[in-house]
Amino acid sequence: MSDWVKSERQLQREQVRRSYARRSASIATASTIVFIVLVVWGVSNAPGWPRVRETFFNGERFAAALPDVLSGFLLNVKIFLIAEVLILVVGLLVALARGTKTPAFFPIRALATLYTDLFRGVPTILVIYLIGFGLPALRLQGIPSDLATLGIIALTLSYGAYVAEVFRSGIESIHPSQVAAARSLGLSHAKTMRFVVLPQATRRVVPPLLNDFVSLQKDTALVATIGPLEALRQAQIHTHDDFNYTPYLAAALLFILLTIPMARLTDHLAARTRRRRGA
Amino acid sequence: MSLLTIEGVWKNFHGHHVLRGIDLEVHPHEVVSLIGASGSGKSTLLRCVNLLETVDDGTIFLDGEDITDPRVNVDDTRKRLGIVFQGFNLFPHMTVLDNITLAPRRVHKVDREQAEEQAHELLAKFGLADKARAYPDQLSGGQQQRVAIIRALATQPKLMLLDEVTSALDPELVVEVLGIIRELKESGMTMILTTHEMGFCREISDMVCFLDGGVLLEKGPADKIFTDPENARTREFLRSVLETRRF
Repeated sequence: MSDWVKSERQLQREQVRRSYARRSASIATASTIVFIVLVVWGVSNAPGWPRVRETFFNGERFAAALPDVLSGFLLNVKIFLIAEVLILVVGLLVALARGTKTPAFFPIRALATLYTDLFRGVPTILVIYLIGFGLPALRLQGIPSDLATLGIIALTLSYGAYVAEVFRSGIESIHPSQVAAARSLGLSHAKTMRFVVLPQATRRVVPPLLNDFVSLQKDTALVATIGPLEALRQAQIHTHDDFNYTPYLAAALLFILLTIPMARLTDHLAARTRRRRGA
Repeated sequence: MSLLTIEGVWKNFHGHHVLRGIDLEVHPHEVVSLIGASGSGKSTLLRCVNLLETVDDGTIFLDGEDITDPRVNVDDTRKRLGIVFQGFNLFPHMTVLDNITLAPRRVHKVDREQAEEQAHELLAKFGLADKARAYPDQLSGGQQQRVAIIRALATQPKLMLLDEVTSALDPELVVEVLGIIRELKESGMTMILTTHEMGFCREISDMVCFLDGGVLLEKGPADKIFTDPENARTREFLRSVLETRRF
């Protein structure tokens, strides 16, 4: 057996491929530069640009508002973290409820279906109004009056419906032969779910779940409408001094700083799943 | 007394009759093969015995108990049966060891240590001792099918149902799976199998049943069926199968 010496033909091929790669890279760089120059030129030559720059990109106002907006933003993070856990629990329970076959649980199944239909249809901001103002107005014992808590309840109800559907699609994506194999070993429906279907289903739905959570992170700002002092509300208060909107930009930046890592993580996990399936 | 008795079983899917009044008796330690073209109802019959399909008429007795009675607990019935599928159907998120110990631990309430010990014994017996920690997708098709057979054996079933267990395998892997089935027969396991491996079928079966269009056309000892079939359709089927084998 002789060692492999690259043939003349192969060396030529590789040279051609390298020159193609170089050409693609230079075209991509050039077109990116042209694009950025055009956007900057277009915006900064707009007739109203000096005014916009003053209203939205004022460095002084940014520095003045940032500490308050940041402290408000910590409440957003808190709302997000608590709501996230509750949403996962609600979503999973509702998805399982929709899959039950026991006749005694029919009302639960019907209720779960009604819940997902209803809360996916109602805009989140209306749910926040309804819970934020409606729930305390009932004056029932034990209903929380804390605005952030009410916001968490509203977000959980709204997102729970979406996440339930994500879980359900994951459960349904598991091939029936897996269920047949588990049932034929004597596992009950519940045990088949717990040991065979759910472990596989949850792995599959991680990327779409993270996507929903990226969306949840920014929707915590909607809770501002019922009044707790979170980032958007703090920014709003600052803008009321002089109608300079730069504080909003500060809030936006903070949200982006939180969502971008999450979005990258989602992409990373999705790519990993693709690689595993492909290879 | 027979271990399994099938009496006049009918099954239809969307108005198409897949089984048309099947009668069959399987005695303890007997190996019964079901042969016939695709769509003749072999797999459906096995799935009916395992209660993965509900029969539309007729009765199936396991150990004298009517398991087609809707009041019977299907999970209890399945505890006494093992089934192996054409496509292995191992659980991809579990190691080989977990695949095998799942049912003993969760259904038969054997403690972990004992279940794993038993699993290791079975793996060693069938030449897979070093694969306990592997995941199914790290194994060859033949190894996966052997694990699937071990998984079914781990619950100590009284009757094994083998549904075309070699059909999805490369020819050189078929041998290792057939070897396991041979060992099972020697250990006295009662089995019903569907197969396209006619040579193997003839060697291992006590009784061979030829199904055609959902009807059990002919039933008899293996040698009789393969050398002197009485039914014209059986003759035709065997001739065409053996013809194909020659190419």
